[in-house]
Amino acid sequence: MTEAAATQPVFRAEGLTKVYGEGSTAEVRALDAVDLSLPEGELVVLLGPSGSGKSTLLNILGGLDHASGGRAWFRGTELTAMTDRQLTRYRRDHVGFVFQFYNLVPSLTARENVELVTDVATHPLPAEEALALVGLSARTDHFPAQMSGGEQQRVAIARAIAKRPGVLLCDEPTGALDSRTGTTVLAALDEVNARFGTTTLVITHNAGIRRMAHRVIRFQDGRVVEVSVNDTRVPAAEISW
Amino acid sequence: MVKLHALDRKLLRDVWRLRAQALAIALVLGCGVAIFLTAFGMVGALEATRAEYYAEQRFADIFASARRAPNALLGEMAEIDGVRAVEGRATGWAVLDLPGRAAAASGRILSLPPEGARINVPLLVEGRLPDPDADREVAVTARFAAASGLRPGDSFAAIVEGHRLELVITGAVRTPEFIYALPPGGLMPDDEGFAVIWMPERAAASALGLSGAFNDVALTLRRGADPAAVIEAVDRILSPWGGSGAHERDLQTSHAFIDAEISQLRSMAVVLPPVFFGIAAFLVNIVLGRIVALERAEIGLLKALGYRNREIAVHYLAMAGLIAVAGTLIGWGAGTWLARGMAGLYARFYDFPWLVRPEGWDSYAWSGLIGLAAASLGALRSALAAARLAPAVAMAPPAPPRFRRSIVDRAAERLNLSQPGMMVLRGLLRWPLRAAMTSLGLAFGVAILVASSFMTDALDRVIDIAFFRTFRQHATLALAGETPLGVTLDAAHLPGVLRAEPQYDLPVTLRHGHLSKRLALNARPPGGELMRVLDTSDRPVELPPEGMLISRQLADQLSLVVGDMVLVEPSERSGEGFEVPVAAVTGQYLGLGAYMDLDALSARLRQAPRVTSVSLALDPAALPEFRAATKQVPRLAFVIMLHEVRDSFRDTISENVGRNTLLFVTIAVLITVGVAYNGARIQLSERARELASLRILGFTRSEVSFVLLGETAVLALLAQPLGWAIGSGIAVLMVNGFDSDLYRVPLVLTPANFATASLVTLGATAAAALLVRRRVDRFDLVSVLKTRE
Ligand SMILES: Nc1ncnc2c1ncn2[C@@H]1O[C@H](COP(=O)(O)OP(=O)(O)O)[C@@H](O)[C@H]1O
Ligand SMILES: [Mg+2]
Repeated sequence: MTEAAATQPVFRAEGLTKVYGEGSTAEVRALDAVDLSLPEGELVVLLGPSGSGKSTLLNILGGLDHASGGRAWFRGTELTAMTDRQLTRYRRDHVGFVFQFYNLVPSLTARENVELVTDVATHPLPAEEALALVGLSARTDHFPAQMSGGEQQRVAIARAIAKRPGVLLCDEPTGALDSRTGTTVLAALDEVNARFGTTTLVITHNAGIRRMAHRVIRFQDGRVVEVSVNDTRVPAAEISW
Repeated sequence: MVKLHALDRKLLRDVWRLRAQALAIALVLGCGVAIFLTAFGMVGALEATRAEYYAEQRFADIFASARRAPNALLGEMAEIDGVRAVEGRATGWAVLDLPGRAAAASGRILSLPPEGARINVPLLVEGRLPDPDADREVAVTARFAAASGLRPGDSFAAIVEGHRLELVITGAVRTPEFIYALPPGGLMPDDEGFAVIWMPERAAASALGLSGAFNDVALTLRRGADPAAVIEAVDRILSPWGGSGAHERDLQTSHAFIDAEISQLRSMAVVLPPVFFGIAAFLVNIVLGRIVALERAEIGLLKALGYRNREIAVHYLAMAGLIAVAGTLIGWGAGTWLARGMAGLYARFYDFPWLVRPEGWDSYAWSGLIGLAAASLGALRSALAAARLAPAVAMAPPAPPRFRRSIVDRAAERLNLSQPGMMVLRGLLRWPLRAAMTSLGLAFGVAILVASSFMTDALDRVIDIAFFRTFRQHATLALAGETPLGVTLDAAHLPGVLRAEPQYDLPVTLRHGHLSKRLALNARPPGGELMRVLDTSDRPVELPPEGMLISRQLADQLSLVVGDMVLVEPSERSGEGFEVPVAAVTGQYLGLGAYMDLDALSARLRQAPRVTSVSLALDPAALPEFRAATKQVPRLAFVIMLHEVRDSFRDTISENVGRNTLLFVTIAVLITVGVAYNGARIQLSERARELASLRILGFTRSEVSFVLLGETAVLALLAQPLGWAIGSGIAVLMVNGFDSDLYRVPLVLTPANFATASLVTLGATAAAALLVRRRVDRFDLVSVLKTRE
């Protein structure tokens, strides 16, 4: 049992396919039979040009969207067989999201944005602790409009990790940030991964970031074109673009 | 204290940020709640209070009168199936000579059985009831006593059947028979000028010449009795004795007036609140629709965080819920205040032993529930849309609204519309339903004003027709019973009398086919100046030498047209019926009317002309002498000083009109501001970028405001004719609704009425628009363009 659990991948996909605008002439095959297996605990970078289907994959793995074909599992549970209600439960219990545009609720303070998650999670971190982890203890009572982009994104990370998620899914977390603030955000992700062993998936079209990953998946035209494992990882602080 | 969840705090802050819009909606909703609460609460309170009062004082179920019926008939009536109790009384009229009052007052004398009344029991307020054996002891209505400054122990003089009696007051009472104590010939209660006087039976019978007899009878029924059968039996028993026909409570004057008030309140409760609730629901709908559109990304985020669809729907419903709570609290406050005001008015016009005030929690609960339901209904579409939003879609930016070239664009090109003009037009057509609903909402503001000033104009017309064209006399002398025509000459010789015209009122039943109506047929000599009959175009008509004139309402009820024969049955003389043709139909707003020439009627009745009242024109300078003289006129039942009735009626009406106008203008302004402000705010929110871009391109503030407010202006202008039409429709409904035997309301719609309604609502719209315009002036161009949307 323990043997099996240890070797069970956190995510597995078989022939995962997503087609937008099905049936019409403007049909887009965003995912084209993707096969994938990700082990627990790694920081994985998903690399690929814009429009290659990265977000689509992340959304399906995160339970935000349904696949058109193929199957996907989270720790042995089939995501592609879940109802909307089950997917909601799954997101609530296991998934932490970080988005490119932070998606903080503007009328809530940093602490309250984190509390949006701790209010509904089963074993959450205290909001203050989550904010301390990303170095924002001094900003707890600030509203998003009073914070820089990097700070806002770190609040988003604090919010994502506050539920102690099984996986952390980050869609271009540094996409809207300059290199220096982007680095602090990456460092925060690295820190979370190292401390809690949370499997972390980071989407980027920025090749420099791959150097901090355990594993890099290259994506093109809705397909995985290469999976590589880094022997030596570069600390986030040394990455720039 | 419970810790607020983050989502709840978002809710509170969002509502606070939108407080102006929320308040505007809450006020509209509050109007609905207040009117519903007041109207339904007062209906309930009036009905409950009246029912309790009736039960405690054993108010009769059936009423009848006769000319003079022997007391032995009472036993016969008690035997009628379904009758629980019977009580006969001697009743009559008195002219009162009060110490310190120049004018004569009138009194209604009721006999009091020696063992005490068992039906229509007077409720003692002060002192004691008169001793059954006393000759000159009486109890009087408490209101009359208070208004005249009379207390138990005081005395006054009453002229009854030509005899002057000195009476001593032993107590003050009130009675369910005169909750609304309309004096004879009066239009409103007159506490000082009208008294109900309870006299011990023996004394009353001898004063009224009714020893061993009664002329008024009241019956109570057993549960489940058939009133129609009892009425028939009573009529059969009384008809040889000049019975004028038994009736139920619905024809009892005081009861009928309270019924009229109740049905008016009820129609107000049914007609007005739905308008407010509908508009509030619409406003919640557009505001929440906008918020959900703006918060797409936040909704997507909440879903990504694992919030359930239900939790998200509830979040947005709660926003409407907060508005509903605010509106309900405002409505409860305003409604309680309004109800208190109405209770005060009722206390002035109705003589109840307790204050009529809605006490139950149920009208509060219902009004709150309905308010909440209206807001929720308005929020439902948006809340469900938010819940249904697919999370992956919600996170993506929304597709820009598609504009297509349409016929309108081509038409606009022909019209040579400027670019801003084009933007206004496109904006209108982008959300045609919303534009239509906004216009409809503004139209309701106009309609409410049209309908309320219609009531003012209609009452003016009624007063003008009734008092300046129909009843033009200064005073009327009502005589105790039928009197030979010569009395007119006597009246003409009273001091100050310039002109005297006799009248003869005969209680009759008019029949046409199976339809019948009981009323007083009025007869007079030709050439009258003081009392006139008007045709349906309000022009005076002469009484024809043959045939009958009847009012239009009566004609409708009996389905009579000119030329039809109508059967006239004098109520108090069985077997003397005759037929006359309908000569013409008259217009009349107060009561029902049937008129004949006095000679013609006298010929039909085979009697010399008789008189029951004399109308007088007076010399104002000789009023004091006239007043003093009336206290001495023999065979006088009561005097109606019509010019005083007129004045007090007009004062009361104009006081009411002032109050109602204030109320309805407030309501219309609240609706208009609520709709216009929210409409313009939402456009501002939707067009912020577009407008900021225009500013950056070099358009001036007023040009930009034109784009923003042009749409509101167009909708407000379109709302005017629509509002006039809806208001006229409401007026027509009111005319039909108020159509009763007591009065009728003419449909009076004037251009001035429409113009005022439009001025007020356009002014309110402009004020709301200017509030929004201030925001355009304060645009921070950079930040508007930077915000992601
Ligand atoms: N909701 C959608 N409807 C239609 N096409 C979509 C939708 N979302 C994404 N696509 C298309 O699917 C493809 C993959 O998109 P996406 O996964 O967002 O790429 P990436 O994140 O790698 O930039 C693109 O061609 C995109 O245009
Ligand atoms: Mg993407």
